[in-house]
Amino acid sequence: MEASKVIHAIYTDDDILMSAVKKVKAEKHHIEEVYTPFPVHGLDRAMGLAPTRIAITAFLYGLVGLTVAITMMNFIMIEDWPQNIGGKPSFSYIENMPAFVPIMFELTVFFAAHLMVITFYLRSRMWPFKKSENPDPRTTDDHFLMEIAVHGNEEALVGLLKDTGAVEVNLVDKAH
Amino acid sequence: MYTFSNKLRTFSFILIILGALGVGYGFMTSHKSFEEVEHLLAEESHHEGGHAEVAHDEASHGAHATVNSHGEEAHAEVDAHAKHVEHVQHQIANRPWSALYVAAFFFMMIALGVLAFYAIQIASQAGWSPVLFRVMEGITAYLLPGALIVLAIAVASGTIGHYNLFVWMDPDVVAHDKLIQGKSGWLNLTGFIIRGLIFIGGWVLYRHFSRKFSIAQDTAEDKSNFKKSFRISAAFLVFFIYTESMMSWDWIMSVDPHWFSTLFGWYVFASMFVSGITVIALISIYLKSRGYLEFVNENHLHDVAKFMFAMSIFWTYLWFSQFMLIWYSNIPEEVTYFIARFNDYKLPFLGMVVLNFVFPILMLMNADYKRIPWFVVMTGLVILFGHYVDIFNMIMPATVGDRWFIGIPEISAILLFAGLFIFVVFTALTKAPLLVKGYPLRKESEDFHY
Repeated sequence: MEASKVIHAIYTDDDILMSAVKKVKAEKHHIEEVYTPFPVHGLDRAMGLAPTRIAITAFLYGLVGLTVAITMMNFIMIEDWPQNIGGKPSFSYIENMPAFVPIMFELTVFFAAHLMVITFYLRSRMWPFKKSENPDPRTTDDHFLMEIAVHGNEEALVGLLKDTGAVEVNLVDKAH
Repeated sequence: MYTFSNKLRTFSFILIILGALGVGYGFMTSHKSFEEVEHLLAEESHHEGGHAEVAHDEASHGAHATVNSHGEEAHAEVDAHAKHVEHVQHQIANRPWSALYVAAFFFMMIALGVLAFYAIQIASQAGWSPVLFRVMEGITAYLLPGALIVLAIAVASGTIGHYNLFVWMDPDVVAHDKLIQGKSGWLNLTGFIIRGLIFIGGWVLYRHFSRKFSIAQDTAEDKSNFKKSFRISAAFLVFFIYTESMMSWDWIMSVDPHWFSTLFGWYVFASMFVSGITVIALISIYLKSRGYLEFVNENHLHDVAKFMFAMSIFWTYLWFSQFMLIWYSNIPEEVTYFIARFNDYKLPFLGMVVLNFVFPILMLMNADYKRIPWFVVMTGLVILFGHYVDIFNMIMPATVGDRWFIGIPEISAILLFAGLFIFVVFTALTKAPLLVKGYPLRKESEDFHY
């Protein structure tokens, strides 16, 4: 269940943000989201996010591409119409295999790359005409924003966040 | 400072002695007389159940005994038979030479591959690898003895031996061979020796000075040694890529003097590079397990394993490019190279693709596996074996043909040079501290984190 009230703490330096994230985690508060203008190295680990599994999906997509290439070439060149083209042996797949390797390779890469990118878009909910979810336009330029859920512990949280070096701490009501 | 453990020293001596005995045995048993080979062939055809050879033998013997009207035909048959036996006799005599040469080249190329890797690390000012520099310098210590041994075996096979490796060294062959005559401007013994000495001289000179500057930098006040080693590394890499290419024509491709391939130098380079990097990983893991490299962490291992992975694929790319281009165009004068390998060497020829490509790509793809020492060791041993087979496939079909086997001569030669390699490398490791002290990127390398 999403909290109706959240606190937005804004920082202007990624090092201060990192130490703030560690401090907030140490105090056992739940960080809803962090908005940054660029990748901050080690932020995911500090927030305790689970590692991505997108590489595993890419490997599986690559296997799909390889299978597609092999099945396609085998059907077209060997089973459907085994012509003699320039003396290449088309009696069995393995005999003419070296000629198919460039296609097998490219389709493996093609499937792995494109399907992985599409998976990334789906999982991160990105598509054209998607409404931007940015709570503060400054986070795309030079500000860092940490969003923390409030469960009736407002004052303690504000105090804690002020201590971590936040330049601004705003209470935002999300329920509307 | 590293101290060479007595156990390892004894182990290397045992390898050398066992290997030397086996190599000696190989040479003793390879001198077969004409009659012995004739007998062997007759027996082989019996075993294979083919009566053709026997019938042929009887026919020619019979023709020999009774002079009849078909005397001339019979003579031709006797000649063909004698030629065949002589051919096999020569192949059998070549085997211990080739076994020795393949193993000697394999260990030499590890040291040379590491030297190239070391020069690249310095010239590119890599920030992760300086903690491994002393390991690399230790391995390259084998280059001087190793390369001289390879050259010595090559030259000896054409002077002491009976042209057991390079047929173009045989003046009798050259006299009847227009193609080799045309190449004799390059393929002659004097040129071969001079070129070999220039290659070795250049490599060893770079090795000597880069090592000297590296040790001098440990105690230096300024960065002048670092700058000097940077400059000579860049120059060496230029020298290396030319000489490595020519070395591969001379020392490997010329066993088949009728055949040539333009990307052969790169192909040999990929093989030596990946073997060298693998040996860096293995020796680092060994030294770390003995507590000598506490500044090397799993992130360094991860990077070395990534190189093993990527260079295995690079090797496969070149192997396949060479094979596929020749297979596709199927020009008779080029394709004989692969036909000989495909007919008589099917298992090693296809097996090495599994060892050098399929196995590493599946084992080292996962980022977590690249950080586990035993996993890298296991994959590394497979890669090394695969690249031994690669060199085996380059030399053997031209020298022993279908009379190949990985038996006592081959294994003994591996043991002999493995022992020598271990002894030279680990002795060199005791000569200097295992961490480069004054190298400007040392701190970055120690804190390296991936």
